[in-house]
Amino acid sequence: MAVTDDVGAVGAAPALTPKQRRAAERERKRLLKYYSASQWTLIWWRFRRHRAAMIAFVILGLMALMGLFAEFVAPYGPTTRDVRYLSGAPQIPMFCDHNGCSLRPFVHGASTKRDPVTLRAISVPDPEKRVYVAFFTQGERVLILGLFPTRTHLFGLDDRQTKLHLWGTDDLGRDVFSRTLYATRTSLSIGVLGVLISFVLALIIGGTAGYFGGMTDNVIQRLTEVIRVIPVIPLYMGLAAAMPKEWSTTQVYFAMTVILGLFGWPTLARRVRSQLLSIRNEDYVVAARLAGARPARIIGQHMLPSFTSFIIVDLVISFPYMILSETALSFVGLGLRPPATSWGVLLQQAQSIRVIEQMPWLFIPAVFVVVAVLAFTVIGDGLRDAADPYSEAR
Amino acid sequence: MIRLVLDRFVGMVFTMALVSLLVFLIMELPPGDYADRYAFRKYSGTGVNVTEGDIQAIREDLGLDKPLVFRYVDWIGNIVLYGDFGQAFAFETPVTKVIGDKVWLTLGILFATLIVTYLISIPIGIFAAVNRGSSGDYLLTVFSYLGLALPNFLLALILLYFANRWFGADIGGLMSPAFERAPWSLAKLWDVIAHLWLPAFVLAWSAVAYQLQTVRATMSDELNKLSVTAARARGVPETKLLIKYPARLAINPVVSTIGFDVNRIFSELPIVAAVLGLTELGELLLRAYLDLDMYVAGAILLMLTFAIVFMNFVSDILLAWLDPRIKLGS
Repeated sequence: MAVTDDVGAVGAAPALTPKQRRAAERERKRLLKYYSASQWTLIWWRFRRHRAAMIAFVILGLMALMGLFAEFVAPYGPTTRDVRYLSGAPQIPMFCDHNGCSLRPFVHGASTKRDPVTLRAISVPDPEKRVYVAFFTQGERVLILGLFPTRTHLFGLDDRQTKLHLWGTDDLGRDVFSRTLYATRTSLSIGVLGVLISFVLALIIGGTAGYFGGMTDNVIQRLTEVIRVIPVIPLYMGLAAAMPKEWSTTQVYFAMTVILGLFGWPTLARRVRSQLLSIRNEDYVVAARLAGARPARIIGQHMLPSFTSFIIVDLVISFPYMILSETALSFVGLGLRPPATSWGVLLQQAQSIRVIEQMPWLFIPAVFVVVAVLAFTVIGDGLRDAADPYSEAR
Repeated sequence: MIRLVLDRFVGMVFTMALVSLLVFLIMELPPGDYADRYAFRKYSGTGVNVTEGDIQAIREDLGLDKPLVFRYVDWIGNIVLYGDFGQAFAFETPVTKVIGDKVWLTLGILFATLIVTYLISIPIGIFAAVNRGSSGDYLLTVFSYLGLALPNFLLALILLYFANRWFGADIGGLMSPAFERAPWSLAKLWDVIAHLWLPAFVLAWSAVAYQLQTVRATMSDELNKLSVTAARARGVPETKLLIKYPARLAINPVVSTIGFDVNRIFSELPIVAAVLGLTELGELLLRAYLDLDMYVAGAILLMLTFAIVFMNFVSDILLAWLDPRIKLGS
């Protein structure tokens, strides 16, 4: 290539000091790397320079990891009850209390006493009793990723009699922190599956409309418009309401992904259609058609790669809608149902002001929803800039 | 212009026909049919032994044994010809009675929300575009992101919580309890209007975030146009110039997306209504779904969608009137 030759000539110029030569050599290598980098590498480089998007990417990555390894990170199971700590406030590990400081973080234990009137066992925080936080503690036996059995959890308390509730417990004594982690997995995975389903549908529907054009396109456009015009959440609610009450958690889960995916395709299908329409008369497409390739192959092999990056951006941007829809549906009791845990299901407990007033920590999953949606949006914006081949960054 | 109106009108009717078919299919979706649920409601707990034959009788009585297509034609025919949306469960009353004056309350909420949305987003969007890169503009971007990320129903919960905490007041609901059963009067109307601002603000939350970005983007483009430069060269005062050239055009995309805003508002309405305790169509829709009261649900879904399609129609006409270029284009 002419470019590399030019740069090579600079590197070989004799009148340079060794230092300059090394700098020139570095520059040459950098440019060589730049010009020989694949499209994806270039996108990644540009994306990396987008600081907000990188931060969002890391946060979302952490969230996904925490959800994926919820069995290990969460000290307790999603339905494990701690009858000694019902509706308990968050326990923040501390280093100091009125008895002095310690290098190991600890929380105050609770001792069970009898209520003087009703003689019922109640738990009373005991500021004299310290329970130390420990890492890699032994606890309930769980299967990580559903495959690897272990009793080790990331953290817990020294004393196995008491439990650590970082974010408090609900009225049944279930650990909010653990439940939030399990919910993260459910909510994010529903988003992923929903987006995948709508992606496949968008490819088929948008592909048909854009590739064939004409009458087919007209009919499909009309139908798409009908689906777009019905308000989404009421539509989802109607479909979700039809789920038989006796369905198991797993069935409801998959039905939800199908429902979300089934009507999430119009925006993406429009993108696919308009892109296909704009390139369907390009020489290479005509050549493929003349060579006798079938439509599916022409679309998949020849046309799609030219705008994959746009599709990925659109996919990332459609995540938040899936997550918000699922949360909203579960929140009103039309989506996932307990004992399943998702952000929406957890927030169902925090529906009235009275509850939020008494147990504000039940609202913590909402923070996760907001952070996840924000992260997806910021990443989408960053990706859009990065995927644009005409943007400046090198 | 008349051609355009007619054209859009035919399109509207066609879309509504397809929508009604889809809504009907959703109504048919839950397992079992109206006869099952009717029999269950009427006789459960009464000790009457209901046989399959009894249910079949109810079914034939209501014409539910006919094929799907006929039932659809019956349903939509009754709606179009007689305004009869079928039977609700509650006390065996017709759907229209259950819905009652809730249609007007819903429309009130809708228009209040639209007004709030545009009153906030248009001026502030223009301001942000004129002061691009300022700290105010930056703040607005952050706010827009939040508008997308914080779902309206969570915002409603947060507002309720703080109102309760700081003022000790319950700001939910659509009217004071005293007026709930009272007939409509001027005092009641005033009370409803006084209660409207909270749902309007909550529902406008994400719509504002979207429209702000739209107005800001169009306004930024328009500000770079030669017409602005020419006007400035002629010495037109800055405020007059802004209103006369770029702002006028920056409103177009807002007008053209009124339908989307209505869609977004109605989409969020049921859940926000449930949180805020608004007794209007959205909340009724949610309850109907939970009870599988499908005639009520279908009627409301149809009404909401019809409002959206109609607002699309209005926005098309409005746009053609505002921007003569569109009329020429069609």
